Amino acid sequence: MASRKPAKTQPASFAWSPANKAWCEEQLKKYPAGRQASCVIPFLWRGQKQEGWISIAMMEAIARQLEMPYIRVYEVATFYSMFNLAPVGEYFVQVCGTTPCMLRGSKELNAVCERVIGHENHVSDDGKLSWLEVECLGACVNAPMVQISTRDGDHYHEDLTPEIFEDLLAKLRRGERVKIGTAHPDRKTSNPAGALTSLVEPALYDGSKAAPIRELPNSRPPAPAE
Amino acid sequence: MALLEDKDRIFTNLYGFQDPGLEAAKKRGCWNATADMIRMGPDWIIQQMKDSGLRGRGGAGFPTGLKWSFMPKEVKDRPHYLVVNADESEPGTCKDRDIMRHDPHLLIEGCLIASFAMKAHACYIYLRGEYVDERIALQKAVDEAHAAGLIGKNACGSGWDFDLHLHHGAGAYICGEETALLESLEGKKGQPRLKPPFPAGAGLYGCPTTVNNVESIAVAPTILRRGAKWFTGFGRPNNAGTKVFCISGHVNRPCNVEETMSIPLKTLINQHCGGVSGGWDNLKAVIPGGSSVPLLPREICDDVLMDFDALRDVKSGLGTAAVIVMDKSTDVVRAIARISYFYKHESCGQCTPCREGTGWMWRVLERMAAGDAKTSEIDKLLDVASQVEGHTICALGDAAAWPVQGLIRHFRGEIEARINAYRADRPLVAVGSTLAAAE
Ligand SMILES: Cc1cc2nc3c(=O)[nH]c(=O)nc-3n(C[C@H](O)[C@H](O)[C@H](O)COP(=O)(O)O)c2cc1C
Ligand code: SF4
Ligand code: FES
Repeated sequence: MASRKPAKTQPASFAWSPANKAWCEEQLKKYPAGRQASCVIPFLWRGQKQEGWISIAMMEAIARQLEMPYIRVYEVATFYSMFNLAPVGEYFVQVCGTTPCMLRGSKELNAVCERVIGHENHVSDDGKLSWLEVECLGACVNAPMVQISTRDGDHYHEDLTPEIFEDLLAKLRRGERVKIGTAHPDRKTSNPAGALTSLVEPALYDGSKAAPIRELPNSRPPAPAE
Repeated sequence: MALLEDKDRIFTNLYGFQDPGLEAAKKRGCWNATADMIRMGPDWIIQQMKDSGLRGRGGAGFPTGLKWSFMPKEVKDRPHYLVVNADESEPGTCKDRDIMRHDPHLLIEGCLIASFAMKAHACYIYLRGEYVDERIALQKAVDEAHAAGLIGKNACGSGWDFDLHLHHGAGAYICGEETALLESLEGKKGQPRLKPPFPAGAGLYGCPTTVNNVESIAVAPTILRRGAKWFTGFGRPNNAGTKVFCISGHVNRPCNVEETMSIPLKTLINQHCGGVSGGWDNLKAVIPGGSSVPLLPREICDDVLMDFDALRDVKSGLGTAAVIVMDKSTDVVRAIARISYFYKHESCGQCTPCREGTGWMWRVLERMAAGDAKTSEIDKLLDVASQVEGHTICALGDAAAWPVQGLIRHFRGEIEARINAYRADRPLVAVGSTLAAAE
């Protein structure tokens, strides 16, 4: 479980990078006038991507930017589990531990983390890795799985075994590229491994479905009653 | 019962073997006759949706056409909104993810049609925060549709202006509850609102709003293209259509698959998942509709049908159609205890029965999983579950109670045996604060 307490050591200030500042301006356009508070989650997330975690100074800056009381931003930052209120590893590993993943071996992935990284919520000495058990990440048919977040992306790694997972962590530590998505040799995404049991009919993909529809079904008024 | 044939599948790129982009999507039949649907007008669209018998795919199964008809007929002082629920956090469920990353244009087309039918010029799709790559994929498709004039000003040349925006959360299951989702979209903690007012009266920013699941919206255009009758041709009466099932756990080949409603559970597992690990006789229990619904023991799984009514009749539910399979190697008490932990973790904390009850149920179940409990506590647990059920602001309280009730209904004997085994191992047992010799 993620810690919901702000870090003891806090930076004195926060400022958006020029690119993120422009991005913020674009986001504000999505919401009606006076409803800029809607941006608070996207802004906090973007801030976390920029700095790696969310500081008090960042919350204060976002509160001023969105003209909302600081405490409302603090409330949001502490409510949502994806907000890191303290630094995490350069590669932040979230192991899904909910029942569908547990049934397929998530506990063994936790054990790999304990061994390779250390305790939950602890950053490895080289600053590269930290980990957390989280709740269902919505990829249950590819269990067990983890999400690994870096400044550049947040990718799912699925159908893991302890061996593949340990290898993945070692590669990340060495700065190597890793495969995203399923690690199963006979799967592409959520399809059953091996031969497909559906979506094999060529007519689905030959363009015949794009033939103009002359008349939509039920589009004619019913014949007047006699 | 006949299995669904490929020609009747709506999500023809469910697995992403094809290109999710606009041109390929069109080739698969998406965006075909969209302007004609709009030309037929809102009343026609809503009537077709009602006739199709589509029931919401987000868990509760509320009729979609009927829900759309609850929106005010005319736009008065406040704009109307469609909000698409892409929070997908119910354990076991991972279908909306596939729709968004592999068949995004069906969803975007559905957003246009549904918004037009409810006189909404703007729609927000709220994705769970963890779906970062899915958000990128969907945004790409939205940008394509916009550039092609399919959405935006004068969408599809229909004269209707339509803006579609993506929004996201940051890790909170409760934001899937529709009013918590609206709070979150407004920039607040995701805590459910008391109803009434219902969103159709006062939803996003206090304006008339309809919240629908991704799958409910994404199937709409195909229903209109092929006709309500085509859709009602699948599944039993009152359970119409095709449905994306997510089958996880102890099967040989876990997967998502679109099948006909009312398909027998056993057929679904044997046909698409290569069977239960170790064979059907090795089956212990199945949770048929996501973690919130009570589990079913093997005897019921033998012939139960996968639809709203059949699963309700066996005291469970179709929920999100996320089928979690457990074979005989499963410690079913631990499996449900982990689900209880989930609800404790996700309770938003504003109702006492939920905030206190979820934690209490989890702690007792953890002890029961070890056997370190008294048999009388099983009834106490049932009692607490029924105190939580029906006594909270939102259905998370019910969702936390049901799996526990299901466990006790079908596996009471197993809990008792474990308690007895634990006791048998310990000649000295602590009873309250006094130590007593157990013979
Ligand atoms: C705790 C809780 C979590 C929910 N999570 C989701 C979800 O992730 N996705 C979803 O579509 N509906 C979810 N729902 C149901 C929604 O409140 C709502 O009924 C649904 O989005 C309506 O869409 P539909 O009519 O198309 O099914 C949840 C409900 C509750 C009580
Ligand atoms: S039932 Fe639980 S999650 Fe729902 S509003 Fe009450 S405390 Fe929050
Ligand atoms: S339970 Fe792990 S992704 Fe759903």
